[in-house]
Amino acid sequence: MSDGEPTSLRLVATMTIAGLISGLTLVGIYVGTLPMIQRNRAAFLSRAILGDSEADDERDRRPLLPGAESFTTMELRGNELVRFEGAEGEAPAGPALYMAYDADGQFVGYGIPAEGPGFQDTVALIYGFDATRRVIVGMRVLESRETPGLGDKIIFDEHFLSNFEALAVEPTIVPVKKGERSAPNEIDCITGATISSKAVVTILNRSTEQWLPRIGATPPAGGQS
Amino acid sequence: MGELVFIFASACLINNFTLAYFLGLCPFFGVTGRLDTAFRLGLANIFVLLITSFAAWVLNTWVLPHAPYLRLICFIVVIASTVQFVEMAIKKLSPTLFRALGIFLPLITTNCAILGLALFQTSRGYGLLEGLIYALGAGVGLTLALVIMAGIREENDLAPIPRIVRGTAMSFFVAGILSMAFMGFAGLFSQTG
Amino acid sequence: MALRKKELQFWPEMTKGLWKENPVFIAVLGLCPAMAVTNSLINGLVMGAATTFVLMGSSLLVSALRKVIPKAVRISIFIIIIATFVTTVDFALAALMPIAHKQLGAFIALIVVNCIILGRAEAFASRNPVGVSIADALGMSVGFTIALAMIGGVREILGSGSLLGVDLLGEHFEPWAIMILPPGGFLTLGALLMTFAWVQSKAERRRAQAAAAANVAEGRPEKRAA
Repeated sequence: MSDGEPTSLRLVATMTIAGLISGLTLVGIYVGTLPMIQRNRAAFLSRAILGDSEADDERDRRPLLPGAESFTTMELRGNELVRFEGAEGEAPAGPALYMAYDADGQFVGYGIPAEGPGFQDTVALIYGFDATRRVIVGMRVLESRETPGLGDKIIFDEHFLSNFEALAVEPTIVPVKKGERSAPNEIDCITGATISSKAVVTILNRSTEQWLPRIGATPPAGGQS
Repeated sequence: MGELVFIFASACLINNFTLAYFLGLCPFFGVTGRLDTAFRLGLANIFVLLITSFAAWVLNTWVLPHAPYLRLICFIVVIASTVQFVEMAIKKLSPTLFRALGIFLPLITTNCAILGLALFQTSRGYGLLEGLIYALGAGVGLTLALVIMAGIREENDLAPIPRIVRGTAMSFFVAGILSMAFMGFAGLFSQTG
Repeated sequence: MALRKKELQFWPEMTKGLWKENPVFIAVLGLCPAMAVTNSLINGLVMGAATTFVLMGSSLLVSALRKVIPKAVRISIFIIIIATFVTTVDFALAALMPIAHKQLGAFIALIVVNCIILGRAEAFASRNPVGVSIADALGMSVGFTIALAMIGGVREILGSGSLLGVDLLGEHFEPWAIMILPPGGFLTLGALLMTFAWVQSKAERRRAQAAAAANVAEGRPEKRAA
């Protein structure tokens, strides 16, 4: 350490220089890694909506909406859904959803992300919504910290996931005990993981409540160019 | 309103910062020899947490969207300054408490719980009120864990504990059992509607 | 008599961090990551690697700059240096290992308040030349990573029946789920500390017996004044 009592000016100068060097380094790192980070995010989204062709599980290989081959990001500005004009992998600031198209460029439905409290912590998921038939056609859990072996079944339990192949959302989705599903808007809960199952239902209900008034059967202007 | 209650209960009980997220362990194992010291340290932590939450919200709303890579440095500078300020305040208001807390007061700066709160609050996108409730819940949960641990350790001081378990290993086993007990709070809020 | 400051050697300064002064098992520091990210071996290893980068980088820089950093603001400068390294590693992981980055989450950023790093900067790197500071940082980092690997390995085997994602114990093994949940972290570290204490007490007893036997063999009285 330097000997003698350094002046206040010296102290301030040292701190400022340190701050500047640090700031410049970080700007460099940020700019340098941004393309890769955005690519990663875009790939993650693509795998979630269009399916992961390299996954072991057959369910993970399937797209969220049957036939989906591409998608565009739409964000909610004011009360209107407009096309998000950001870089690939950039996240919009406000609420956003995704419009999916098949190989011929025909609109097949919406991919809507949603999240909410689960049994243990927040559960984040994305679901595919067919606007013409007004049903959910797919659901994928993106993030969860549910109990391993019990609550985490919402991620991969075959029977639970099959609930979401043609799930009516009106008036609301209703959770019932396993095996008692009788109406198109009911889902079978997982035995031993009722709370996690009900959490998924609540997340979906709240999301459809928010989005349904704003999306119709025909896609808004500004979709696939 | 229910959302705020959930945030508070989640931070305090269901996902207790110390027993579920492993934050704030240095004071948890270090300063819990005496009950009243532990309690007062907990209170100091709550105060720092609230200020940090507010500062983090201010930074997140106006400053950091332009320079996200500066987040960590800004947060840690704010925390260090807050702790410095709290230290001076306690020194002036209660010299005995200042001596009792000793090294653990400046160590609040390196308490993972404070920075952890700022980071979690950011990643969950909490607003001003949500952030403050979250900080309050985290602080109360921290204090709860500190006080329970201190109480148990005071009791255990006179218990016949085998030599190889005595000391740190024993504290960890106690913490593990406490953590299991707190797991019972999961599902406190069953979402049905 | 003028005392010359003891010349520190590279090798002993490095190896002390591996066991004798192991930051997790002996000094009981850096606990937050030691238990939060050790629910699997790979997570523990990635965290160990990230901490190594930060510890070595910051120790090197602090030691190199030790003569120009004013004493009054040294802690703040250390923190700025450490925070810069941590932010770097955070972005690097997000770009190069996105899955690991997501698993470790906020705990990568929390490396900045890992007591080990600031502790080594203040206690060692700021007072010693670059060579031995690197040795000290390397030893502490490797010791830390070994500790994380041990905890992570035990928790993953017992809690998932696998190691590094490879299923080891087969179909009929019922995973002990509590091990990958928070209590498992506390219990594993407690069990490891207890095991080490047991090993040490046996070694001490053996040493005492050997010393007593040596005394008897040479005809000396049992207890010798030091």
